[in-house]
Amino acid sequence: MSGILVVLEQFEGRVRRVGLEACATAVRLRHGSVSALAFGAGADAVAEAVGALGVEQLLVLPDAPFDRYSSDAFAHAVAEVVRQVEPSLVLFGATAFGKDLAPRVSGLLKAGLASDVTGIESDGDDVAIVRPVYAGKAFQRVRIVGTPKLVSLRPNVQPVGVGEGPAALVSRPAVEVGAPRAVVTGTERNDETVELTEASRIVSGGRGMKASENFRLLDRLAAVLGAAVGSSRPVADEGWVPHSYHVGQTGKVVSPDLYVAVGISGAIQHVAGISNSKCIVAINNDPDAPIFKVANYGIVGDLFQVVPALTAALKAHLDAS
Amino acid sequence: MHRAGCDGTVGVVAPRTKEAREGLAAMKIAVLVKQVPDTATHIQLAADGSAINTAGIKWVLNPYDEFAIEEALKLRDQHTGEVVLVSFGPARVEEAIRQGLAMGADRAIWVSDDGVADVDYLGRAQILVAALSQEADWDLVLVGKQAVDDDAAQTGPLVAALLDWPQAMVVLGLTVDAVGRRITATRELEGATQTVELPMPAVLGAQRGLNVPRYPTLPNIMKAKRKEVRQTSAAALGLDAAELAADCRVVVEGYQLPPPRPEPKVLTGDPAEAAATLVKLLHSEAQII
Ligand SMILES: Cc1cc2nc3c(=O)[nH]c(=O)nc-3n(C[C@H](O)[C@H](O)[C@H](O)COP(=O)(O)OP(=O)(O)OC[C@H]3O[C@@H](n4cnc5c(N)ncnc54)[C@H](O)[C@@H]3O)c2cc1C
Ligand SMILES: Cc1cc2nc3c(=O)[nH]c(=O)nc-3n(C[C@H](O)[C@H](O)[C@H](O)COP(=O)(O)OP(=O)(O)OC[C@H]3O[C@@H](n4cnc5c(N)ncnc54)[C@H](O)[C@@H]3O)c2cc1C
Repeated sequence: MSGILVVLEQFEGRVRRVGLEACATAVRLRHGSVSALAFGAGADAVAEAVGALGVEQLLVLPDAPFDRYSSDAFAHAVAEVVRQVEPSLVLFGATAFGKDLAPRVSGLLKAGLASDVTGIESDGDDVAIVRPVYAGKAFQRVRIVGTPKLVSLRPNVQPVGVGEGPAALVSRPAVEVGAPRAVVTGTERNDETVELTEASRIVSGGRGMKASENFRLLDRLAAVLGAAVGSSRPVADEGWVPHSYHVGQTGKVVSPDLYVAVGISGAIQHVAGISNSKCIVAINNDPDAPIFKVANYGIVGDLFQVVPALTAALKAHLDAS
Repeated sequence: MHRAGCDGTVGVVAPRTKEAREGLAAMKIAVLVKQVPDTATHIQLAADGSAINTAGIKWVLNPYDEFAIEEALKLRDQHTGEVVLVSFGPARVEEAIRQGLAMGADRAIWVSDDGVADVDYLGRAQILVAALSQEADWDLVLVGKQAVDDDAAQTGPLVAALLDWPQAMVVLGLTVDAVGRRITATRELEGATQTVELPMPAVLGAQRGLNVPRYPTLPNIMKAKRKEVRQTSAAALGLDAAELAADCRVVVEGYQLPPPRPEPKVLTGDPAEAAATLVKLLHSEAQII
């Protein structure tokens, strides 16, 4: 067994970014040739994007039943492709798709899976793996015994870089699966906002925002920054913002370059979800708020004055550069 | 327990019982529950970094499992039937089990971890599946979307794969047709929701937002003390502890704490000036804008 297989999530010919992160990681690990597997209509079209990063072979299953996600059918297909390709390592993205699929594949192949991995390095034929536990309050070092080893990668952590490799060679594996049982019958996009777990900049509001309508202040700041908007849990519980905004140990665990916490006190459950951020900015009128202990930068002041001032200052800076 | 259309010939069986004609079919639901450290816990490591220091930790029912239990109770109250909690863990987990029983679950199966030292996700799932397989006629197995300690989110799909049942994880909404034996689930994706249709029996993973878990009332807390908690062990389930240990595919080598965050720079004074200074710092020092 050698080589790495990357299981991609693609939609209409576009790979979800974590898939590219996984391809770049696979190439970086130097465990032999890298192949990728893509499902559904448009699967062939990703050959260039993944080839550029160094993926040699692209296996595609574009037709029914793989035109609609089914955890059971897809898991059987991945397991079958693994039997054919015999990779020593299989990479998934730790998105809703990968988190659903990878453990099911693990169960079918009786192969060990490390999920939501943030660190992966070659160590001879082996890989040394680091994954956050307790929402990032600690990190676990794990090894996977036997092959294939299954790993799902947390989005937004591994670099992609730019590549100039030729398009990957496309082929169709022969895969037979029974009739899918759990079948996706519809998908509804929430809105145009950036997904928090994939965002490189996030502006988040807490109870200090006082009311739902005040989130407009954050929308404006986010628009200038090109950021996604998030929140603390009580704010989502109050219904000021949708549940999908909720960041923290029991919400979304995020890893942006910039996290701006506005009117958020910095409770341990909230901080657990943001501690992987590269830079944390806190805006709070209480100089003793615990959020200042984890922030890189802070402004002590009334958010209703600071946020508009920051929005204006950022706009001026970005317009000038 | 009698149910219509549960003899494997799914979907085509005409409703035979009165309940079935009225759109009711008793449901037998298992909820897998895990006990985890309270989310307010400050995680500390054992001196040699080999494990989490569990001294003084307050243990609670995994928050996502509360959503799973609540959903099971709602389904039972709607369709009749029973809710059975299944948990694997040491003596302390009985407290979490009692908490679930106090919410209204009917009984529990507790697989004690005596003698099962090292077991990975697959091993854990095998044990839970062995416990489930002691009984027949399950309609649903509910789990939490993930446990907030290990954060692996593996148990649900693993159990589904081992049982060869369909699954829907990260479920925000659920409609169950107990007679037709079909489930419609809405799942949370990144920036989207997805509708999944699947037959019963199935494994479902509860996400926050699915429901609002009830608080145990005092009478129910009292009642919970008398509910059946059947204790068993891996050995009694026919599993060999040594074999489980030898089959361990994911080996934890140790733990580390996140690197300390740098000393913060905190600005005070005039908001406009502070904002301008911050922008300069983000540009020239942090280099992120
Ligand atoms: C099991 C469990 C799980 C939890 N999981 C999560 C989770 O995942 N995520 C999460 O966020 N929480 C979670 N919580 C809740 C958490 O404990 C805190 O209650 C919550 O994070 C506090 O939210 P907040 O910071 O918005 O509100 P508060 O703690 O009320 O903080 C509001 C802050 O705004 C500041 N403020 C007020 N007015 C202004 C103003 N005009 N200008 C500037 N600042 C101002 C205040 O000084 C204060 O610091 C969880 C709790 C439990 C029990
Ligand atoms: C090498 C190794 C050794 C380990 N040794 C031990 C050990 O000795 N003792 C120990 O307690 N843990 C041990 N663990 C951890 C244990 O394997 C995991 O906790 C378990 O596999 C579940 O993963 P998770 O906690 O991430 O749960 P997730 O998969 O994230 O949990 C999702 C859901 O599954 C259900 N679930 C999870 N665990 C249980 C459970 N125990 N009972 C019932 N339902 C459950 C719950 O509904 C939960 O919400 C070990 C892990 C490894 C890798």
